[in-house]
Amino acid sequence: MLGYYFFLALRSLRRTRMLTALMVLAIAVGIGASMTTLSVMFLLSGDPLPGKSDKLFYPQLEPSTGATLRHWPMDLMDYASAHDLWAAHRATRQAMVAEASTHVVPTASGQSPFTVATLATTSDFFPMFDVPFKYGGPWTPEDEGRAARQVVLSATLNQRLFGGANSVGQDVVINGAQLRVVGVLDHWRPRPRFYMLAGSRNSGGDTGDFYGPTEDIFLPMATGIDIAQADMQPFTCWSNGNIDFKHMMTQPCAWVGLWVELPTAAARDGFSRFLDDYDAQQRSIGRFPHPKLTRMLSLHEWLAFQQVIPADVKLQTWLAFAFLAICLFNTVGLLLAKFIGRSNEIGVRRALGASRGAIFGQCLVEAGLIGSIGGLFGLLFTVLGVVAIRHQPVAYADLVSVNIPLFLLALAVALGASIVAGIFPAFRASRVAPALQLKVQ
Amino acid sequence: MQIAPILAALKKHRMATFLIAMEIALACAVLCNALYLVTERVRLSHVQSGVDEDRLVAITLDGVTDDQAADLAPRLRQRLAQLPGVESVSVANATPFGPQAGEMGFRIDPNDPVFHLQGHFYLGDANFAKTLGLRLVSGRWFTLDDYAHVDGFLPKTSVVLVDADYAAKLWPGQDPLGKVVLSGNQTLRVVGLLARLVRPNPSPFATTNAFLMPTLPGTGLASVYLLRTVPGHAEEVFRRATAAISRDERGVIINAQASGPLVTLRDAYFANTRSMAMMMVGVIAALLLVSALGIVGLASFWVQQRRQQIGIRRAIGATRRDILHYFQLENFLIVGGGIVVGMVLAYVLSAVLMKQYEMPLLPAYYLPYGALILWLLGQLAVLGPARRAAAVPPVVATRNI
Repeated sequence: MLGYYFFLALRSLRRTRMLTALMVLAIAVGIGASMTTLSVMFLLSGDPLPGKSDKLFYPQLEPSTGATLRHWPMDLMDYASAHDLWAAHRATRQAMVAEASTHVVPTASGQSPFTVATLATTSDFFPMFDVPFKYGGPWTPEDEGRAARQVVLSATLNQRLFGGANSVGQDVVINGAQLRVVGVLDHWRPRPRFYMLAGSRNSGGDTGDFYGPTEDIFLPMATGIDIAQADMQPFTCWSNGNIDFKHMMTQPCAWVGLWVELPTAAARDGFSRFLDDYDAQQRSIGRFPHPKLTRMLSLHEWLAFQQVIPADVKLQTWLAFAFLAICLFNTVGLLLAKFIGRSNEIGVRRALGASRGAIFGQCLVEAGLIGSIGGLFGLLFTVLGVVAIRHQPVAYADLVSVNIPLFLLALAVALGASIVAGIFPAFRASRVAPALQLKVQ
Repeated sequence: MQIAPILAALKKHRMATFLIAMEIALACAVLCNALYLVTERVRLSHVQSGVDEDRLVAITLDGVTDDQAADLAPRLRQRLAQLPGVESVSVANATPFGPQAGEMGFRIDPNDPVFHLQGHFYLGDANFAKTLGLRLVSGRWFTLDDYAHVDGFLPKTSVVLVDADYAAKLWPGQDPLGKVVLSGNQTLRVVGLLARLVRPNPSPFATTNAFLMPTLPGTGLASVYLLRTVPGHAEEVFRRATAAISRDERGVIINAQASGPLVTLRDAYFANTRSMAMMMVGVIAALLLVSALGIVGLASFWVQQRRQQIGIRRAIGATRRDILHYFQLENFLIVGGGIVVGMVLAYVLSAVLMKQYEMPLLPAYYLPYGALILWLLGQLAVLGPARRAAAVPPVVATRNI
């Protein structure tokens, strides 16, 4: 029966080419627009660390020492607090993170010095975030303790400095200090750079840069403090005196983040208590004059809190789906016109014994066929849309791509939407009275 | 032309009429909001910076250490000023359309417990205003005594210039001259108002919350060099300046993203804004196309269905013009109905966007624009089918189908 309906639908489509073409085009454009934005949305809202993200937490306390009207703690902490919480080793793994910008003097002659984004962190960072290594590995906790002159390079920087060769054991000059390469990362592009999102929430939705490449240099925190203390990027400073950026360790500035891995609920509660106790103790000795203000968000909660998905992308998605709705209204109207225009034929089929259900089914098959063809053309528009996004000047442009699940989703949405759009017109068509139509004939 | 018979005829096609009107309503809602978003972005990308962009070149150095800075800044300023085509050189902490460098919390009420206001503090040497071409609307320029070296983050000075628009927002209805700005442990007095000074990274949320502080070049002020050029020589001066720096100053690094003729920096800064605006224009175009397709389809269908009635009307004396006008008026009424609903929907959508993205509510004057566009679109789309209807000969009336 379905085969017969299919055959009838094909004949009907061929008879009203213009109307069919209009419907197919409308569906294709709607699918193209919505799937393009959806692919970006999926890409940017995905889990940056699948399978592990629910074990990672971001403890925070309010480090400022002046009056505060805050509802939640600052995005980063002062060094003393972060170091105290880190050094207690109360979690399975813990890592401090701080961003800096340092300059590299290439050893190869002819290359001029350049500036690179740098992350000062601690050794647990790499296993905790499943960071892949191509050569070598992280520095050891012992090396970290003695501020060893060691460094881990990104694949990009290793390509630039050493042509992609195994550079473990080679030296790199950073901020005038000679550092030994102990590891080179494999391709690593977390989406977003979830471990350092400070300020995302306050950036007016312009958060595209958090989806850019990772830092190129990873330094032990103690080494970073030795050679790049003045280059550390503070989230903010609070002081009525002046800030001495050469001694960031002791300045009233928030510039260090802390990540902890807590695999069980008990561990979570334990660390939460530890954080509160630390905060209480610091307040009791008068270091924090404000009331208790601590928080420990999971990675997911932190991403949501920082509103890291760019506002433009969310806006595009809204627009695209409003647009798809318009295309569907359009399709409903055109299908209605098409089916009612065939009242005579339907009347004859009804008179010859077709049930209302059969007419309904036949019309739905036709709607579905139109939807499928629209979906196929929609794939084409999706590819065009993705190409357009890849040419946009945004940090995540190179990540956007088409893939099989997206194609399948596009086809499914096109088919589903067209069938939904066909329900009312098909229902109307199935109510055509057989006798009346025959009389007019 | 009578409206009543048209409405009577539409009653026979209630569902189809409703659908096309709803499509127009949705289109109206999206169109008005998209138009607004595009306009806002275009307006942002045309923001007045208040500086002579076409004559300026910015050079930003990375990783200048404090030891280097003390003699680098005066030396480089002198070196760059000697380049052919350069009229004056200023050392600053930031340039319009470059990275922000002096974002600070401040307060204007000494009793305020926190620094809840945010502004960008430009630090500039004595050449800054002249080099950028800033204009003063009231008050005075800095005098030589005002200039001081950077100590920590800000220079040890007690005076500040502020953008006039922003000052009017900070002290509404009062004369901003002589008012105080408190930042860190410093109390700064506003001595003059600048006609316009854009912050380095203007956005819809913050455009001109900018201050200027008199600063001596040296430690803390050695990173950004602004060059005023002879008209038309910005590109050439930029090439010469970078070549000179690379040759003579081995230790410093030129930040490529934040260096160049100011026109280029401006283009790069707004590239994303422009591409987003282009995308919105694409959405608007596709939206109008689809709506037009819907109208063409449905109108063609109605014309085809009513051939016989049209023939009868023609046979009893209606002119072609009457038939044409009938379909045009019918379309006008349907689109009009859609627009009325669409205006309400436009505000619903705007309220959602406002809540989610801190955008201002859709200004009412976008509604008549949206309505006009959709009415025109409807008339254009219906023209073809309506002309076909008008071409139906009266003889059709005598035929049975």
